[in-house]
Amino acid sequence: MYKSLLFNLLFSISFFSAISQDQGQNPAHRDTSSKIADTQHDANSDPTHTATGEHDAGHEFDPAATAFHHISDQNIYSIGPFNLALPCLLYTPGKGWDIFSSSRFGFDAFGHGDGKVAYNQFVLHEGQVMKVVDADFPSGEVQIENYTHKEATNDKGKKIEVPYVVYQDREYKLDKKSTADGGLFGGGVTSFYDFSIGKNALSMLIVCLLLGWMFIRIARAYSNNPGRAPKGIQNFIEPVIIFLRDEVAKPFIGAKWEKFFPFLLSLFFFILGLNLFGQVPFFGGSNVTGNLSVTMVLALLAFIITLINGNRHYWEHILWMPGVPAWVKIILTPVEILGVFIKPLTLMLRLFANITAGHMTLVVFVSLIFIFGKSGQNVGASLGASIGSGLLSIFMMAIELLVAFIQAYVFTLLTASYLGAATEEHHHTEEKHH
Amino acid sequence: MTGSIAAIGMGLAVIGAGIGVGNIGGKAMEAIARQPEAVGDIRANMILTAALVEGAALIALLLSYLSA
Repeated sequence: MYKSLLFNLLFSISFFSAISQDQGQNPAHRDTSSKIADTQHDANSDPTHTATGEHDAGHEFDPAATAFHHISDQNIYSIGPFNLALPCLLYTPGKGWDIFSSSRFGFDAFGHGDGKVAYNQFVLHEGQVMKVVDADFPSGEVQIENYTHKEATNDKGKKIEVPYVVYQDREYKLDKKSTADGGLFGGGVTSFYDFSIGKNALSMLIVCLLLGWMFIRIARAYSNNPGRAPKGIQNFIEPVIIFLRDEVAKPFIGAKWEKFFPFLLSLFFFILGLNLFGQVPFFGGSNVTGNLSVTMVLALLAFIITLINGNRHYWEHILWMPGVPAWVKIILTPVEILGVFIKPLTLMLRLFANITAGHMTLVVFVSLIFIFGKSGQNVGASLGASIGSGLLSIFMMAIELLVAFIQAYVFTLLTASYLGAATEEHHHTEEKHH
Repeated sequence: MTGSIAAIGMGLAVIGAGIGVGNIGGKAMEAIARQPEAVGDIRANMILTAALVEGAALIALLLSYLSA
């Protein structure tokens, strides 16, 4: 593993240094470089925004912003270089619902995901629905000219880029996109609520249908062929389920494992399915399990089920730990109460951070092409970097395949251990404190 | 070169978690070498403990995002 990484690094460095000597290529080659970038563009991010690097050549390329943009939800679905429209369900307080297809924004089927039409003050910018803040922006369908960005400082004093839409030579400020993750990545609760079936929701539905279809087939195979050797996809799923039963549910939950086993299996296969689906090259590259809202709901489910099933001993151990001096209890109780909330919090963050980090690393590897190529001015360097970044991306995807399984396993394992701690019967000789 | 002090804090937290996970992995390897038949139990507990240590680094990651 290390050998191949080292090899890739050395290869890309040597290739880059050899080729970077012919700097200052003529700009006529810019088309070639963007084409190379298109083919090399990382599989996990949708290719609609490949142009981010060169679409404003004077502007310095910002890999972090590109990466953040690529991991976020969108209102279009991209298969390969083609954009498909998705339904938009938008609610504006005081105005009511707007339900339409995002094709109404008139975005290019092959391109950046910027809409050319504003509808009821909504615009589609970089694949995401945003709303014009100014009330005097006309309602209904309006042809718009362009989008620009301006630098501003937010209330924390940090510099952020604010998007503007240009209509009849006037710039209108756009509101942030609507997300439920507390505005961690530039979204937040804004002037409208976006309940659209976006890229992430659609991926989730596809994965649910796939899993449902697969498991119904498997279940039918078991009931049709009782006591016979498994066939086809049964062969793949059966060892996984037996592994989860014997290595996760039974040892960590104990006597009541059967009650929680369906929940654990659902968690495992849902997370695994979404992790793997997000890695399918050129198929949306959705980052569902790397979305804080999704992992929050999963962790919340685990949290609620743990709380509901917690027995007397569990609460006793949290609120008034038996067998320790009173002054220790005063320190211990707040820590234990905090621990009840930190457990699902880390559950949420672990999955989110691991999957997001993987997707972002891939985008950053691809961004190397633009960084070395200086946004299309240096074709030779971008050629070299594209080979290096292609190899690095392949390597990273292999690691991510491993992470997809490990994170699904860890989430299930930790949920099982929390459930086990909550439902464990009391044994004074052998106490477990997680 | 721009950046924020929160990134340094995140890096420091990762050093701690890295030492922790390294210790867990190393000790687990030793334990497996000593008792190869217990590899299943050791692996499960190793991943569980490593995940708990990782939690500390993840909280640092979140705090660095929030304060950055």
